Order: sequence, then structure tokens, then C-alpha cells
Amino acid sequence: MYACLHGTGNLALLVECARGFSPHIEENPPDTVVFDVRGLRSLHGPPEALAKEIERRVGVPANVAIAPNPDAAIHAARGFQGVTVIERGQEAKALAPLPLNLLGGSPETAELLYLWGIRTFGDFAKLPPLGVAARLGDEGLELHRLASGHGYRQLREMVDPLEFEVEMELEYPVDLLEPLAFILGRLLNDVCGRLKSRAMATNEIRLTLTLETGPAHETSLRLPVPMLDQKAFLRMLQLDLNGRPPAAPVVKVYLAAEPVKPQRTQHGLFTPASPEPEKLELTVARVKHLVGHERVGTPKISNSHRPDTFTMRSFAPNQSSAGSVAIADLKDAPSLPRLCLRRFRPPRYAQVLVVNQQPVRVISPTVNGRVVMAKGPWRTSGEWWRPDAWNRDEWDLALESGGLYRLYYENDSGRWFLEGSYD
Amino acid sequence: MGAAILQLRADIEARFESSLEIRKRPGAGLILTGIPAIDTLTSGGIPKGALSEICGTESSGRTALAFAILKQATRQGECCAWIDAAGAFDPASASEAGVDLDRVLWVNCGGNAEHALKAVDLLIQAGGFGLVVLDLGDTPDKEARRIPLASWFRLRHAAERTGAALVALERQVNARSCSTLQIDMRRKGPVWAGKLLRGLAAEAETQKHYRTSTAEFTAVR
Repeated sequence: MYACLHGTGNLALLVECARGFSPHIEENPPDTVVFDVRGLRSLHGPPEALAKEIERRVGVPANVAIAPNPDAAIHAARGFQGVTVIERGQEAKALAPLPLNLLGGSPETAELLYLWGIRTFGDFAKLPPLGVAARLGDEGLELHRLASGHGYRQLREMVDPLEFEVEMELEYPVDLLEPLAFILGRLLNDVCGRLKSRAMATNEIRLTLTLETGPAHETSLRLPVPMLDQKAFLRMLQLDLNGRPPAAPVVKVYLAAEPVKPQRTQHGLFTPASPEPEKLELTVARVKHLVGHERVGTPKISNSHRPDTFTMRSFAPNQSSAGSVAIADLKDAPSLPRLCLRRFRPPRYAQVLVVNQQPVRVISPTVNGRVVMAKGPWRTSGEWWRPDAWNRDEWDLALESGGLYRLYYENDSGRWFLEGSYD
Repeated sequence: MGAAILQLRADIEARFESSLEIRKRPGAGLILTGIPAIDTLTSGGIPKGALSEICGTESSGRTALAFAILKQATRQGECCAWIDAAGAFDPASASEAGVDLDRVLWVNCGGNAEHALKAVDLLIQAGGFGLVVLDLGDTPDKEARRIPLASWFRLRHAAERTGAALVALERQVNARSCSTLQIDMRRKGPVWAGKLLRGLAAEAETQKHYRTSTAEFTAVR
């Protein structure tokens, strides 16, 4: 079965309504949309109920018709007011009262039919097909088939550009974040609605604010998992703009979302629960707003011998492999704990008294004392071709206070630093 | 007199529902530390849905113990968070200790204990984390003592609600009655071998039912 919506001057709304029912849509500009509704009986019931539901959802004055083929549906929607449902086998009877001008065709054929005294679909359908073919050729035969309600063509489906972007020029410059949030909420509602109607989510939202003066303010939310939570997006954008507000009043807002398939995860019965992605993203955004963007994430150790080199990545525990070690294995395989370094960031400058090339006393604002044991030096250096090359001698120290520290002497600057404490 | 108390109790309950109920702590399980001596000392590990404190001075082995717990939690597939008040977390040390860094959210508060407290509150309230470590190990005693007991109570309540194991790493006990488990760490001394620092011997002490128990372990390099 095919459904047709016919209204005047609101094709985009009709298409949007049709998208709510089917991905197979044919546009017939300027005022008609026909779409495939086969298989919707289990969702919406018989065709009559489906037609009522379509009429309810369309939201603007439009004729609705459901028929066994697209052409019959189009003609019924164009010819009859309100809701029309044509059962299979009843097409010719149902379309019979329609005026012939709805049939289309060339002006010559239309004039000829008029001269023959044929005014309606029913009049034309009564003519013998062979006689019509002999007098009007292929075109006449095709029109006769349409008038009889016999159609077998496929839908000429519209190509969906899959663009999820929206922009709004503001009537007056907005210089406060609160009114801007209202605008963002409206745009997000639009974009998320479009994504939802296509059963998609997004993993990146780009926001460009054109300012009254100066360059545009750009920001983007990169999400480790596809999401479609409009409120969470708005809160994250608000947090981002709070932390890094635009430099001048905003005159235009552009918002775009990268469409991706939504994430579907089958959770294991015995795997530990993990944070809900949407909630986690919002929480992490709040923590980032609190302590700074570059200070929150999952550290990834860089492939370098340079001390304390790592990069911060987004925390995405659901993408990494879950723990594969059974609890029984953990019980059976105890291992010795490892001595850890607690780093001083940045390393603390220290004055060191050296006797016989051995440090014997450390003086710094926080760590102070006589050295009771010092092991070293261990020389490390690297990346000599770069301006920030490192070249240092490391020592492991035990002070009389009992603390264990890593101390290093920077060969280039000739200064001592405490790198951290062993704990 | 008794009737007046009962009436008062009924009035309070009518106004603040279930305010006078004695809430039972849910038995959410334990996280093994992977150190047999400590697992024995703590009767099976670190309790989930509760606040535990690991206290000790510098070089007392508290971070080694915390990394051992973190290792076990991440290997079990738990999502973990390390809220680092002073920015002392060393990813290389954690990786060498066997921690799966992909399952660890590190929040470096850059020396701001107040931010650390807010961050741990946000994360634990969000739920889904199996282990949350609040590292106040380098926070000065004065600053750590200023954290009100109400904040610790709030964190404990959030841990009970979400089932997360909340571990506070500190120089001294701060949460007092809010913590279910308190482990006091003491250094026994470094282990040297030739020109190398090979490890650190440490002693852990807990108090349960007014009885003190101790265990020793060595963190190796």
C-alpha cells in the first residue's frame, strides 16, 4: 500500500511527516508526497487507522489517501478532500468520479478526450483498451491504465542529502550566554529531531558563532560514543561557552552534527556495570569545567624515553576491552606490588650539597634533610636535535627523615631538581 | 515521657519520610588488593559501597597499595577514577604496576583539594564507577583537616548508593567514623641491592573491634 499527502505550499512539512512513517518517499513538487506504507499494519492497524494517524501527525491542512499503487494514491489525494482509503481491486470504482484534468497527459490528448465527451476517470476507464491504443497510441494506453487505477510502477525515491546543520541569523547581537542558550536549545532540538527521524546519533557537534567584531568563535564537542541527548549537548555547550566565552556579541549561530549510527551494546551478565555514556560525558564535561580541559582524561603513555611524557585522551571505557581476567584467576595469581613514583609537577628546584661526587644534603622549600643513602648517577638523555632536548643524571635518595626521592641534575642548566617521591 | 517521644518521632517521620530509619549498608562485595597479606588483614579486600582510608607519610607504600587495588579493579573490568589533588599520579608507574590505563579516568586538580572534593562528588554521584580513588597524599595536613565531616558523610552515602569503592589516600585519618576501613601505612625501610633501589618494605595496620592487626609487604621496583 502507498500513502499520499497533498497540501498546498508546504512540501517540506509533508516530507518531514512522511519520514516519520517510511524511508521510501517520492516527492511530486509542488504539493504532493507519496510514500510506501507496506508493513505498517502491525504498528498502526488497518489502512483507515493509518490514514487517520498520518492526518493527525501532518499538522497542516492536507489530503491523505492510501491506495494499492502510487498513482492511484496520488490521484485520490489530489481529487478527494480529507482522508481516502482505496482497497485493493476497488481502484477503478473509487477513482471514477475524479475529473479528467487530474490525469495529466499532453494538451492534444486532453482536448481530444474532451471532444469525445469524456469528463471523468470513470468515463475514460469504460473505453476498450484496444480502441484507445489504436486511436491515442502508447500515451493514451498509459492514461487509460491510470484512469482505471492499475499501476505497477516503483517509487522514484528522493535522495536524502543527510545534512544535519542549521544556522540562524539573529535580529540583534546577543551578548549574554543565557539568551544564547535558548537559541542553542532550539537549534539542537531541530538537529536532534532530524537525526532521530533517521534513527541516527552523533559523535561530533560543531558550533560556529559569528561575532559582531573579530573572527568567528568556533567550538566542537567530540563524543567518544554516539549520543542523541539534546539536554546533555546543551549543557556541554553551555559549560564550554562558560569556560571560553565569545569575545564579542553573537550575530549568527551555525550548528552542525556529524551523523553516525547509534551505539548498540550488549552488556554481559557478569561484566561490571560501567557509567552510562550520556551521563558520563556530561559529568566529565562538568569536571573539565571545574579543573580545566587538559587535566581530565585517560593518560596514554607516549612512545618516548623522555620522562613523564603522555597524552590525555577522552575517557571511553566502553570502547576499550573489558577486563578479561576472571576473579578466580586474580585470586590465584597474587603478584608483588610495585614501587611507585609520586611526581612533583613541575619538578621542584633544590639545592644539593655534593661531597666526593655524591649528594649529601638536599635543601628545598618542601624537602629538606641529610642524605643517608644515594644511588646513582643514572644518565639519561635524548632528542638532542630538538630545542627541548633532555640530558640529566638521576639519583635515588633516602633522606634521614625516611623519605625516598628521585633527584636529578640537569647537565645543560647545571641545576638540581626533585622529580618525585617513591611511595 | 515515652508517649511524648513516640509522638515526636511520629511527627518527624510524617514530615521527613524515613529520616529515622536505620539504614543497613548493602554488602556490595570486595575488591581484592592482590597482596595476600593485605587481603588477609582486610578480611578479603577493599569493601565496595563504602569509604576506605589509606593513610601514611611519604614513602610509606600507600601509593603502591592503591595501585595494587587499581590494578585488580581494572583487570576485573571496572571503570575507575583517580582524583589527584596534587597532580602526583604517574601514568608510567601505574602502567608498570599492571593498571589498565584505558579504564582509568584521571582528574588532575593541580594542587586544589577543594576541586578534588567537588570532582569526586560529581563522579561518584554519576554512578557506574567501580573504584574511585581520592588522592590527598600530598595535600598539607591543615588543608585536609579542613574538609568537613559532612562532606565525608555525603561521599560515603553516595558510595553506598552507587556501590563504588571509594578510597581516600591521605597522610592521616580525616574521615574518621565515615570510613569503613582504615589502613595505616608505615615504612619499614628501603631495600637496596648494589647500586639499585630495589624496593620498599612497608607495614599496614588496621583496627577492627578495638584490636589492631598488622601485615607487611614489600613493593618491588
